[in-house]
Amino acid sequence: MNKLIVSPSPHAHGRESTQSIMRDVLIALTPAMLVSVLASGWSAFVLIVAGVAACVLTEFLIQKYLVKGPVTVCDLSAAVTGCLLALNLPPNAPWWLVVIGAVVAIGVAKMTFGGLGQNIFNPALVGRVFLLVSFPVLMTTWSDDGSMFGIVDAFSGATPLGAVKEGLKNGMTLSQLTADDLTFSQQFFFNAGGSAGELSAIALILGFIYLLCRRVIKATIPVTILCTVFVISGIFWLANPEKFTNPLFNLFTGGLLLGAIFMATDYVTSPMTTKGQIIFGIGIGLITVFVRYFGSYPEGVSFAILIMNCTVPLLNKYCKPRRFGEVKK
Amino acid sequence: MTGTILFTIVTLVALGLLFAVVLYFVAQKFKVEEDPRIATVESILPGANCGGCGQAGCHAFAENVVKAPSMEGFFCPVGGNPVMTKVAEALGRAVEEKAPMVAVMRCNGAIANRARTNEYDGYASCKVMASLYSGDTGCKFGCLGKGDCEAACQFDAIHVNPATGIAEVNEDKCTACGACVKACPKGILELRAKGFKNRRVFVSCINKDKGAVTRKACSVGCIGCGKCAKTCPFGAISVENNVAYIDFTKCKMCRKCVEVCPTHAIHEVNFPPKPKIEPKPNEENV
Amino acid sequence: MKKTFRIGGVHPHDNKISAEAAIEVFPAIETAYVSMAQHLGAPATPIVAVGDKVKVGQVIAEPAGFISGFVHSPVSGTVKSVAPRADIAGNLVPHIEITVEGDEWMEGIDTSDTLVKEIPYTPEEIIDKVKKAGVVGLGGASFPTHVKLAPPKDKKAECLILNGTECEPYLTSDDRIMRERPQEILIGGAIMMKALGVTRGYVGIEENKPAAIASMTAAAKDFPQIEVVTLKKRYPQGGEKQLIDAVIRRQVPSGGLPIETGAVVQNVGTSLAVYEAVQKNKPLIDNVITVTGSCLPVQHNYKVRIGTPMSKILEVAGGLPEKAAKVISGGPMMGRAIANLDAATVKANGAILVLTEAETRRRPESPCIRCSKCASACPMGLEPWLLNKLSRAGGRHAELEQERVYDCIECGCCSFTCPAGIPLLDLIRISKAEVMKIMRSRPKK
Repeated sequence: MNKLIVSPSPHAHGRESTQSIMRDVLIALTPAMLVSVLASGWSAFVLIVAGVAACVLTEFLIQKYLVKGPVTVCDLSAAVTGCLLALNLPPNAPWWLVVIGAVVAIGVAKMTFGGLGQNIFNPALVGRVFLLVSFPVLMTTWSDDGSMFGIVDAFSGATPLGAVKEGLKNGMTLSQLTADDLTFSQQFFFNAGGSAGELSAIALILGFIYLLCRRVIKATIPVTILCTVFVISGIFWLANPEKFTNPLFNLFTGGLLLGAIFMATDYVTSPMTTKGQIIFGIGIGLITVFVRYFGSYPEGVSFAILIMNCTVPLLNKYCKPRRFGEVKK
Repeated sequence: MTGTILFTIVTLVALGLLFAVVLYFVAQKFKVEEDPRIATVESILPGANCGGCGQAGCHAFAENVVKAPSMEGFFCPVGGNPVMTKVAEALGRAVEEKAPMVAVMRCNGAIANRARTNEYDGYASCKVMASLYSGDTGCKFGCLGKGDCEAACQFDAIHVNPATGIAEVNEDKCTACGACVKACPKGILELRAKGFKNRRVFVSCINKDKGAVTRKACSVGCIGCGKCAKTCPFGAISVENNVAYIDFTKCKMCRKCVEVCPTHAIHEVNFPPKPKIEPKPNEENV
Repeated sequence: MKKTFRIGGVHPHDNKISAEAAIEVFPAIETAYVSMAQHLGAPATPIVAVGDKVKVGQVIAEPAGFISGFVHSPVSGTVKSVAPRADIAGNLVPHIEITVEGDEWMEGIDTSDTLVKEIPYTPEEIIDKVKKAGVVGLGGASFPTHVKLAPPKDKKAECLILNGTECEPYLTSDDRIMRERPQEILIGGAIMMKALGVTRGYVGIEENKPAAIASMTAAAKDFPQIEVVTLKKRYPQGGEKQLIDAVIRRQVPSGGLPIETGAVVQNVGTSLAVYEAVQKNKPLIDNVITVTGSCLPVQHNYKVRIGTPMSKILEVAGGLPEKAAKVISGGPMMGRAIANLDAATVKANGAILVLTEAETRRRPESPCIRCSKCASACPMGLEPWLLNKLSRAGGRHAELEQERVYDCIECGCCSFTCPAGIPLLDLIRISKAEVMKIMRSRPKK
């Protein structure tokens, strides 16, 4: 008989692992990836594959040859970053764009900080913002590439948010702009003109429900963000419906759903306690709305999340969990 | 255009001068008076901040030695005698030369000598292992090999050898700061005199179990038979609790004890090989 | 809506594969090795010498301090030696070795099964009988029961809670005694309530034991002052602080003792031992031990005399299978892995669990992904990721104290949950001991 094993307790372990959690996130992203490929065709598929491959390869090369430590690409965290990055780009973007983004996301935003668990900023968002600032034209043009199987009608032009921003700048009022705009149900099921991940709210919400059921994320952050956006934009819209878009429009356009469900809930860059997560969510919601209404960019979610990522160490320090024994008799 | 530039330059220069004056007065008002000898002594010290002297870093050492009436109780193991002589000179005091010390690993329970009786699967720390149970061998006093000493050493002077499973001291790098001695939960490491020509003799075992129990657990453990104590012409060896101990202040390094030890538990380090006696399997030359 | 504790908790598989194994009396042994460390606190002092003849239930060791207890011989025979012997961790502990001859009991001990319901003793008499019988907490802590039944003057007991939750996976000894001897347990409860001077009693049982709940509820009809409470199946429902929170909705203050909520908690096994001690004059010399594991062909619940070598128990149970990789004294969450199988059982041993390599080999550690699942799982509301980080850094005892490391109940929920496989509890346990040592060494205000 082999020697007995001796260790401190506990002697059993739950079923979850880093890899199983990342796998669940990939599964939850599948509906959004499917819609994106069906709607935008071959180029979206290439983007996703290139994004994942570039992220995984970058992490592998850095870990093996630069850090000369263990290679951990099997934990699938780089693959998740790759998917999210690809879904954040215009579907017809060239493959080399997502590769550059991947190198920045993994190399700069993740590995320079020490690898998994050590980064302050969401790597996919850092990659996206880097690309946005470096290639503004490529990142903000959405032209039709022909959808797969003719499922969706061809579209071209700016995103709804972009159109609104441009129109308002040019002095138009909202009622003039929205005459030709999409109806609500169209936005919910298929939001024409948007980055690959923005295209279908329902696909994203399906993923959200899957993550909740698998207990990968708690609903705190996404619900807080969406409620904050709804309420704050609602207040402004009620005050001046011609200048400020309505709350439902804000909820379903742009990268808000993708950001709230998949980016803001990233474990490493979000607070560890419920109290902290609520503050985090409110902050993201506020900044998103202000950037959309008053900032020069049409979309504010990426910046909102990155800014709130900075506050996370502070939130972790001052927001402590509910302690046993603090409840009064 | 030039008016703007001129105005900007003048304003900024004026502000700069104003802040410089304010800072000067503030620095003077809140200046901490410190004996200038402290800075001198600190510059002589190695600056490793290892705590081996027992003080809270090199600055604290400098502060306290300047304030103290004599050099009594102050010794920097990293800098050793050269540094202490210079410090004494700077303070105009006399200092006694101390014999250099080195950390000594008093266990030879390598895997080849000491069979493993179970497998430890907890966090790789000797402290955790020692608090959990008596260890993964039949000897509850021996080296656990998880490297708390290696983690504590700031001078890269002690490592766990994966082939033997126990720690080994690199005497060239060891500064006798004592960090590994504190870190070892078993008390196996000891600071001993480095010795004339770096030679020393020591009992490489601290097992306090009865001889038969020790022997069963480890082939090179000290069984407390006492032959070494009887042989030693200088009375340097005492046997207590079934284990022998050599007092390094009394040991004259004649090595008679090494020859008589039945389990080869006594080690001699850095001696030239003796021509007549058969080679000992455990002779070390680090 | 079933009651449960309010913070943290995990849901391991309960694996109660031995639940249908009725209690069997373990066959007579040849030699008993009675440890002097049968309880928390100072080991008892032997009062017998080599060659003495002893009977079952005879006092063989006396308490060596306030937190200490009597030890009685579990067998009749001759004392062979009074010498150190290795415990399950391989550490030497004083033992009394007795060669067994027959099974002769001390006079005055009632060995019949007759139920004795009347409790004609005063509280002081009860506590004295419990003390003289060497009863200790059988929930695992081995705290001398007579000390717990006499709280300090400034703390008032308001109710008694009997712990029948048995929240550790695999363990079923409490389940079996609740099914087989419910009335004795409740009489024991009534005795303790009289000793404490309380009028309210509860029995907390987890919902995964329907037969035990039915059995205890039926028996409780004769005990209107004791209420059977069904609790949700959740680990660590049986933790003293968690149980009080679940049953009477009061939380023990941070750093405080359970008596500050007015509740006194005792395991149902302890209650049974109190019944036997007070009503039958029988000292604590045996306990029900669950011998279980998926690789064992047959599951058992043995009633074993203390001092029985664990290797002997495994031999009688069918031997240690080839696949066995780890043998645990206790359950998988808080039990202790056995390094020395020849160690003899002590009073609070409740289970011997055999796990295979697949069931117990730890996975390699990977970096913390800051998911905070450990904090969500911690029943004491602590942040294990932070306590572990501070522990690894070394020397940060002040911060550890601020983060309430002393509140840790060492339940193992954090290590169990961590997706990255970080052995959080390994180091937190060490830091807790170091910080508590520092706190105790401070001069009292």
